[in-house]
Amino acid sequence: MKEKQKSIWVFGDYRNYYQNRVTLQLLSKAVDLARPMNAEVCAVVIGCDIDEWIMEYTAHGADRILAIDHPSLIGYSTEYYLSLVEQLVGQRDPDILLIGATDFGREFAPRLAKRLKTGLSADCVGLDITPEGLLVQIAPSFGGNMLAEIVTEKHRPQMATVRPGTFKEIPHNHERTAIVERLPLPDNLSAPRVRVVEYERAVEREHTIENASVIVCGGRGMGNRNNFKKLKELANLLGGDVGATRPVVYAGWADHGALVGQAGKHIKPKILFSFGISGAIQHTAGLGEANFIVAINKNPQATMMKMADVAISADAGDLLGSLIKELKKRIRE
Amino acid sequence: MLNIVVCIKQVPMVTELPWDEKSATLRRDLAAGMMNPACKHAVEAALQMKEKHGAVVTVLTMGPPVAEEVLREALAMGVDGGLLISDRLLAGSDTYATSFILAEAVRKACPQFDLILCGAYTSDSETAQVGPQMAEELNLPAAAYAENLEINGRTLRVRRLVDNFRETLEMEFPALVTVSMEKYSPRYASFRGLEEAFSDRDIFVFNAQDLGITPENLAGHGSRTKVRKVFIRKAQKQNVMITGAAASAAGEFLDRYQGMISAAIGKSIESKKKAVE
Ligand SMILES: Cc1cc2nc3c(=O)[nH]c(=O)nc-3n(C[C@H](O)[C@H](O)[C@H](O)COP(=O)(O)OP(=O)(O)OC[C@H]3O[C@@H](n4cnc5c(N)ncnc54)[C@H](O)[C@@H]3O)c2cc1C
Repeated sequence: MKEKQKSIWVFGDYRNYYQNRVTLQLLSKAVDLARPMNAEVCAVVIGCDIDEWIMEYTAHGADRILAIDHPSLIGYSTEYYLSLVEQLVGQRDPDILLIGATDFGREFAPRLAKRLKTGLSADCVGLDITPEGLLVQIAPSFGGNMLAEIVTEKHRPQMATVRPGTFKEIPHNHERTAIVERLPLPDNLSAPRVRVVEYERAVEREHTIENASVIVCGGRGMGNRNNFKKLKELANLLGGDVGATRPVVYAGWADHGALVGQAGKHIKPKILFSFGISGAIQHTAGLGEANFIVAINKNPQATMMKMADVAISADAGDLLGSLIKELKKRIRE
Repeated sequence: MLNIVVCIKQVPMVTELPWDEKSATLRRDLAAGMMNPACKHAVEAALQMKEKHGAVVTVLTMGPPVAEEVLREALAMGVDGGLLISDRLLAGSDTYATSFILAEAVRKACPQFDLILCGAYTSDSETAQVGPQMAEELNLPAAAYAENLEINGRTLRVRRLVDNFRETLEMEFPALVTVSMEKYSPRYASFRGLEEAFSDRDIFVFNAQDLGITPENLAGHGSRTKVRKVFIRKAQKQNVMITGAAASAAGEFLDRYQGMISAAIGKSIESKKKAVE
């Protein structure tokens, strides 16, 4: 008997830019994982008028595309998607199924895993494969201060949702080809019990310092109001917000709304830049959940420098200027 | 009258738990517990529906015996009863097993429910998986991340924001919804309520056996995932020191970290000169 072709599936989540990207990132990781297993990388695309995505996933690494294209699949209905993917998995038995940890993915994946009676890890920030083909899923746990290595030993497929931005997509190659299987809509599909009454793209959510993913904080070490103002330019380049210490707020370089610390805001950015800040406890009290800290201070012994992931020993104003200049050269919109 | 069940969880008050280096485990016992914030919003949503339409609200939790505290807190906020599932057999359950156990408790103790609410995510593990998986266990129409709930007869209308799409959904009872922290700011428990919650009102405690869960049948519904190891992310804090002139320091910093920054901000950052192979 011929041995079953191993396969790694990536769910095609394409609704907006972010989802589109995470699917491409997962395809790239799937290609990596597939190599030692000698597995096929398969993208599942469901919806209405999906040719664009079939081409996109082909160009970004898929060997096979399972496509269900039908007018009744307009509107991204979780229930339709659940039934369809459940049936496909049942018929073809993939080894691994990866789903982007978008809002959609994080609602869809746990329900699918339950139907398939298999395990699922959430919001992974790393994936690996053992020689036996076991998927090692690295997921944040306990408020993100710890990482856990999770495996699904016995049940298949091994499922994980993966945080957008974790992997790097393979560059688009329009010469790549894939086997495209266009599948009919099964006729046993029951109507969803959840009705979509309205559905519209939201205006961008208001940006507040508490939910900014990048914060550029400045302290007394910025020296003067003009230097401090330049922090905004860095924040804008990084899509972030500006925070401040108390002396800076008292000096009128920043509004009270920007104050970070015990008397101000508690922030939880993915990346925090801390320019010319000593790291007094009343300030650092507001940084409990900053994930990655970059401190810039002319005093390498400052507390803030010791707390940092990266400590840059330099004049805050000078470094800020250089960083802005360098970033402008490197950022591709 | 509506019958609403709210599933809540006790989580550690701090996100950084003491870590026992020797046994490589978390000292969960050392951290004071609180009601998970999103669960508290779910309790608030239930209480608002109770005020508007009339409802019996029951809170349900699984955890160690001290988890009773969060049930008391919910009682003080105004819910009508509390159920605690507590059993060593159930410790260490992943979301697959937890959703099965909670569903069993609902089937046994509140079979007449119209609506189950859960917090959309917990502050300790943040999987956001238990609610949706419970919906599958109980075969219910469901929606996650609800910001607003409205009831019209037997129809539930849910408004939510999903991946930057604003959606209005409708489903018939019985249903399950997970509640986000956008609206439904939780009320404070009144002093009177607190006093009452800690005195005469009862909380029912179930163990696995009460729910008919045995090691044998748990095996079929038990955890699918296994945690091989847990490590401290802090340990990865490298405290890298970069020195030198500002321009070269900025360049060095970006060379090393632009990939990570790029992922965090969703824009691509690339060095002009391609690395020489
Ligand atoms: C009750 C109370 C509540 C408080 N609440 C808050 C609060 O909520 N938030 C808050 O921020 N503070 C708060 N404070 C104030 C806090 O104690 C500190 O005074 C304040 O955080 C210090 O701000 P800073 O780091 O900007 O200034 P400083 O402590 O003066 O530090 C300046 C730093 O900049 C460095 N530096 C100087 N020049 C340069 C240069 N050219 N280039 C690079 N680095 C340079 C120095 O080496 C130093 O480390 C509170 C204080 C009290 C008593």
